Amino acid sequence: MNTKVNLAGVTLKNPVMTASGTFGSGEEFSEFVDLNKLGAVVTKGVANVPWEGNPTPRIAETYGGMINAVGLQNPGIDVFVQRDIPFLKKYDTKIIVNVCGRTTEDYCEVVERLADQPVDMLEINISCPNVKEGGIAFGQNPKAIEAITKEVKKYAKQPVIMKLSPNVTDITEMAKAAEAGGADVLSLINTITGMKIDVNRRTFAVANKTGGLSGPAIHPVAVRMVYQTAQAVKIPIIGMGGIATAEDALEMILAGATAVSVGTANFHNPMATMEIVEGIQNYMEQNGIADINELIGAVR
Amino acid sequence: MAEKFKEQAVIIRQEEISYGIYSMWLKTEQIAGKAKPGQFISLYCHDGSRMLPRPISICEIDKKDNALRIVYRVAGKGTEEFSNLSTGDIIEIVGPLGNGFPLKEKKAFLIGGGIGIPPMVELAKQLNCEKQMVLGYRDTLFLQEEFKGLGDMYVATEDGSYGTEGNVLDAIRENGLDAEIIYACGPTPMLKAIKEYAMENGIECWLSLEEKMACGIGACLACVCKSKEKDSHSHVNNKRVCKEGPVFRAEEVEL
Repeated sequence: MNTKVNLAGVTLKNPVMTASGTFGSGEEFSEFVDLNKLGAVVTKGVANVPWEGNPTPRIAETYGGMINAVGLQNPGIDVFVQRDIPFLKKYDTKIIVNVCGRTTEDYCEVVERLADQPVDMLEINISCPNVKEGGIAFGQNPKAIEAITKEVKKYAKQPVIMKLSPNVTDITEMAKAAEAGGADVLSLINTITGMKIDVNRRTFAVANKTGGLSGPAIHPVAVRMVYQTAQAVKIPIIGMGGIATAEDALEMILAGATAVSVGTANFHNPMATMEIVEGIQNYMEQNGIADINELIGAVR
Repeated sequence: MAEKFKEQAVIIRQEEISYGIYSMWLKTEQIAGKAKPGQFISLYCHDGSRMLPRPISICEIDKKDNALRIVYRVAGKGTEEFSNLSTGDIIEIVGPLGNGFPLKEKKAFLIGGGIGIPPMVELAKQLNCEKQMVLGYRDTLFLQEEFKGLGDMYVATEDGSYGTEGNVLDAIRENGLDAEIIYACGPTPMLKAIKEYAMENGIECWLSLEEKMACGIGACLACVCKSKEKDSHSHVNNKRVCKEGPVFRAEEVEL
């Protein structure tokens, strides 16, 4: 049985990865999860300098999901290179670093800094709904997506994944723009902008007023967008958005994703990624699937 | 490294001990054996539409029988679901989480406000020193029996129906109390006032904080509090309540 998948020349032992921002750099979860069994760890977004993030409360639970407005708090690339990369190198898994920035130059600075590091791929976050500059400002404009992708590619030594926002009219336009800019892989979706109001306190449930909705509540939207994008581009897709079970992951793969990322489910079940890896294997055995690649985009 | 476990805990006993406040004893496999006063556990709802675990402080630890007691207030749908569980039911929990109170041999105030009172029970049991429990309630008292024989107890109620009318600091002043160390848990305005009192009087002070959490284990960065120094993990002035806390030295954090 083959569970290996190929993302722009990088071979993952299985298609299950973590979604950025839900797993730190893996250290906290290593007490629950065997990181060696993951296809890849995608780290929390890292910028050129430390970011404070947003005020609290930063999260609120919603029906079948949650809203977060953490605001990309991170210790900056220097600490990341010194601490997080050596930690992850101890494990037999691929390392994908999520990069955030306020300007194109910020992104390029981080990407350049990572060029000689033992990192397998870079995921460029142009889709965070919780920061004013950078983030979503890039992710909603096809011209800006193409331009930043081209610019980042000049500095990158590793394959580049562009992480797209669902908060757009037509996801395929954004996907094509990233592809035209030279993106090697796409990941989608990031969170959907949402709001929750606390009726007892009569105020916004998160301090930032709006936040990114994630969890099972957004899964069908993500499957639809992965499917549409898979029909529109030739480069591989990493599917994410509300994946909590092996069935959710398989849906994404059948819709056209080469790999999947598990996010909010980690909070509900720290062992979610492990159960999904096993669940995919069981499904393949039970259905006589010899190679997972047979399933990618099999539903059209 | 601290050890944490995810377990299927069995409910040994549950009862409503005051209006909307429940006491639950849980049989654990490993968590009780490792738990310290001031730590918390995360409890998961059976209803999958409620994804996030509920962090609840540990009230008592029975290492002999590997059991834990939590005392919680029904505040929403999740805690309401927990309150409907009964003996023999199973609930998924992760723990022990957070750092807990340091146990020092100094004349102590153990100050609890409302649903911040429960963690003071195990702390009172484990602290080996002169203890003064100062407990603040809105109106109805609970967990009074548990503190008997562990030290001197002082009570404040907002409506004056029992003990000092007012808050915990009013009770301290009215009774002319003093201490060398303070351990406190309760609502933020109370903790803020205690911090000021401790700083003015030069008393060592440890506060247990609360914040909305997602993962409970330090990965999501939802539950941060403003810290005086740059935190060694985040490298900004934010500490994680679930990981570096929930217990902090008062001067470390901005309230």
